[in-house]
Amino acid sequence: MRNYLKYAVVLILAVALLALGGISCSTGEEGGPTPTPSATPTPTAAPPKEHYKIGAVLDLNGAYSNLGIPEKRTLEMMVGQINENGGVNGHLLDVSIFDAKSLVDECVSGVVGLIADNVLAIIGPSSSGESAGIIETVTAAKVPNISLAARLSIVTPVEERYWVFKTPQTEVEAVRAIYAYLQGKGITEIAIITDTSGYGQGGKQYLESDAADYGITILDAKTFNSGDTDMTPQLTHINGTAGVQAVICWGTDKESVIVAQNMKTLQMTIPLFCSHGVATKAFINAGGAAVEGVIIPAGKLLAADEIPASDPQQKVLLKYKNDYEAIYGADSIDTFGGHAYDALSMVVAALGNMTEGLSLAEARAFIRDYIENDIKNLALTGGVFTMSPTNHLGMSPGSLLMYEIKNGDWSWLK
Amino acid sequence: MLTKVKSKWNYLVIAALLVLLLLIPFEWFLGQYTHLAIFIGIYTIVTVGLCLLMGYTGQVSLGQAAFFGMGAYVSAILSKTYGVNPWLAMFIAAVMTGAFAYFIGYPIFRLKGNYLAMATLGLGLIMWILFRQLVQYTGGPDGMVGIPYLSIGGFVFDTSFKRYFLIWFFCLVILLISQNIVRSRTGRALRAIHGSEAAAESLGINVDQFKVKILALSAVYASLAGSLYVHHLRFVSPQSFDFLASVKLVVMAVIGGLASVWGAIFGSGTTHVLSEVLRKAGEWDIIIYGLILMLIMIFMPGGLFVKLKEIFERLRLRYRQRGVEP
Amino acid sequence: MSTDQFVQYLISGLTQGSIYALIGLGFTIIYAVTRIINFAQGEFVMLGGMLSFTLASSVGIPLIPAIILAVLIAAAVGAIMYVLAIRTARGASVVSLIIITIGAAIFLRGVAGQIWGVNFVRPPFFSGDKSISFLGAYIHPQALWIIGTMVVVTIILHLFLSYTMVGKALKACAINPVASSLVGINPKTMALIAFVLAAAVGGIGGVVMAPLIMTSYTVGVMLGLKGFVAAAIGGFKSPIAAVVGGILLGVVESLAVAADWGPFSSAYKDAIALVVLLLILLIRSGRLAEEEMTS
Repeated sequence: MRNYLKYAVVLILAVALLALGGISCSTGEEGGPTPTPSATPTPTAAPPKEHYKIGAVLDLNGAYSNLGIPEKRTLEMMVGQINENGGVNGHLLDVSIFDAKSLVDECVSGVVGLIADNVLAIIGPSSSGESAGIIETVTAAKVPNISLAARLSIVTPVEERYWVFKTPQTEVEAVRAIYAYLQGKGITEIAIITDTSGYGQGGKQYLESDAADYGITILDAKTFNSGDTDMTPQLTHINGTAGVQAVICWGTDKESVIVAQNMKTLQMTIPLFCSHGVATKAFINAGGAAVEGVIIPAGKLLAADEIPASDPQQKVLLKYKNDYEAIYGADSIDTFGGHAYDALSMVVAALGNMTEGLSLAEARAFIRDYIENDIKNLALTGGVFTMSPTNHLGMSPGSLLMYEIKNGDWSWLK
Repeated sequence: MLTKVKSKWNYLVIAALLVLLLLIPFEWFLGQYTHLAIFIGIYTIVTVGLCLLMGYTGQVSLGQAAFFGMGAYVSAILSKTYGVNPWLAMFIAAVMTGAFAYFIGYPIFRLKGNYLAMATLGLGLIMWILFRQLVQYTGGPDGMVGIPYLSIGGFVFDTSFKRYFLIWFFCLVILLISQNIVRSRTGRALRAIHGSEAAAESLGINVDQFKVKILALSAVYASLAGSLYVHHLRFVSPQSFDFLASVKLVVMAVIGGLASVWGAIFGSGTTHVLSEVLRKAGEWDIIIYGLILMLIMIFMPGGLFVKLKEIFERLRLRYRQRGVEP
Repeated sequence: MSTDQFVQYLISGLTQGSIYALIGLGFTIIYAVTRIINFAQGEFVMLGGMLSFTLASSVGIPLIPAIILAVLIAAAVGAIMYVLAIRTARGASVVSLIIITIGAAIFLRGVAGQIWGVNFVRPPFFSGDKSISFLGAYIHPQALWIIGTMVVVTIILHLFLSYTMVGKALKACAINPVASSLVGINPKTMALIAFVLAAAVGGIGGVVMAPLIMTSYTVGVMLGLKGFVAAAIGGFKSPIAAVVGGILLGVVESLAVAADWGPFSSAYKDAIALVVLLLILLIRSGRLAEEEMTS
């Protein structure tokens, strides 16, 4: 028996060491000057062009996996399509996807690893907290980074975000979309209930700062934590505050379902508005009858079929929706995958215009410069983008529409 | 004769390991794992404190990440927001955290067994909530960026390569100090306490005071590690100090081997290397991780270091036997 | 605060407290008999919920057989976990066994993630969705199910432990493992029964709470934590103690939200609850120490 133990230990250690060795072999030498073309076998055969390596850190596990998984699927779908058509100027695309598991430490480690793997650009992370965590790393390593997270602070102050861009709408646009709608309906007194996470705090910040601009007063502001299972106490407090005409909830989908459910239990009849973070099928499926009538701002993807042909985004929206749903089924589309689509589209646009034979550092700088200066009026799924040295989001106004949940589906409130 | 052979072997092994350690960050060797090695070093420092605490006082601490986080945040806030010299900030953080632990230690150690575990858990959670909620100071859930590098005179620790040596220097110094403590009178007193508190009391050892001192020491270690952590990542967020982080620390301590100082390296190293290796397993990574964790504890309940020493001893005996036989 | 509001806060506290109690019961059973803190308890609860969803919603089995099957499977998982992971670790210290349960929790979570994916789901309500009015406040029918189940399970456990041979043997093992083995009680069998019971109770809890609070492969972490706190307040002593701990935790959390003064927004409710409970622990242990000294 004792021998077995000894061998088991040695075996485990040996396997671990081998695996480590195997990984170090497969990832190749560190540093090195460039993606140089592979050695030419004969003078007559044209050398195959080197692959363009892109890195992506996404949350495939943990709290933000409902963002990461559609993002991953989108990237894989796009890379498949591009490579089927011969790649970008003959260079095939490789996307290395790293699972950050919704953890900042993992995310940073992943980014360090991807940079060491000589990726040309990094797409992601999925969440705002992680995005904040890697700003230093990508800046020090001079690697262009397109984040898929919401907070405005990811790309501001822009002087300190030279290498960082992002594609999703910020909480600012979402808040303003809701407030504009409320103003149109003559609602002036509201209560807010927000998540204590960075996402929720961002929402709260702008809900409070922009309310006066729309003639709105916040009578009560409560908070809840991610993972909380009951918001009845907070809602009881709100219910007890006289004059509240609507409730705005800022959190991710699961907790927002609980808020909607609790409101129904308390027989609160005032309307509930949620953030664009709940624009998922899971919200509707799990919410069931409780989320009927909930109104949210979200990108145009949810109403792709209804967007008029005069809208510059229409073609892109429909193509993405049809391609994605052909693989993953009807109604599987959501806005999170769309942000990844937009990010990779920008990188591919840059690569398409890149001169041959640049060194790794030059290629990365080229991509960064292209995205900052040459993305003008580019219609993608999230909106129409115009980046600039002072704006690393560059999204046009009007990119968010208001939707109401009717009969278990998103209904565009035109 | 026996002792001479033993020390020769020991020195050889130690020398080999030191050389290995020195060479890791070089590109031609294992340079791509410098970042990983730095994390292993930082977490080893926390784990040593936890090993001493859990191993010698028999108290499970489910909130050690609180001290880790305190060191991190105090360092971050003082050096970034108030422009204090990072070394001074680190020192202040360690003193604050140690004092806090000392102060909290007396009431906490009045609780026994599972109540104590609950208290440490509660402490960890409360600190985590404070890190998240005191947005004005800590930056809230999204944390703080732009924390300055450590530097000595004009020499700035601005690359992973340089920081690797700094952090492992700290790590080895702390390991040696801890080794000293364990071998000293204090260590013997601690082992007496671990054996039987009543007996130790009867021998005149002030049990409560020792326990609190070890708690404070483990807190200081954790605080130093936290400071090094923020000056490495230049970023801090509460997520690194939540309940799961405390659990991860306990796992590292137990895998390494409680009441063992050098085991801490193994505990920290195994956990991190395992995570890194399993990254290639894609979606199965946490399944395999859980499985391996269980297997390690089933076959090596005393910890890796103890097991490795056992194997080493057995191999050495066999080698000597073969030499002696005619 | 009006009376209606106060009743509402209490109802909320009672519901959440029952949830915590159902989870804490499992912790208490295993700890009492084996001294192990089972970090996989939350995962048993998660399995109960996920299984009942799959069986009732996807596979389409009628509700009652689906629930029973879900609980049985959860109990089986508990048994397997004990036999394969805990019993094989011969001579391991309690701390090592705790780490094994941590490994098991991670493993179960990973497997659940593979089987069910990452999305959260809701099994169907037991008796609909219409809230019931009570003393000026409202309660969801599922909440009544949760509270009721908690009470019934606690009573059954209490009776089991006090009046059946097996139950009394379990209790004996909890009080003094050495003495009970001397009178012929096999500690390994007792441990197995404890794990199966804890998994079953966890599964029952999961089944009855999932329709109200939804479930996904990661809920085990938070639920396990809350359940552990509940059991710890109760001192890991008896089912009743766990229930008291759970209800206390739920009610204090709920009232902490209501007590909205100064800088302490509802964000601090967890911290406030913990501080209150830690103070209770301190006072209790002080009184316990006095008892020990005077007896």
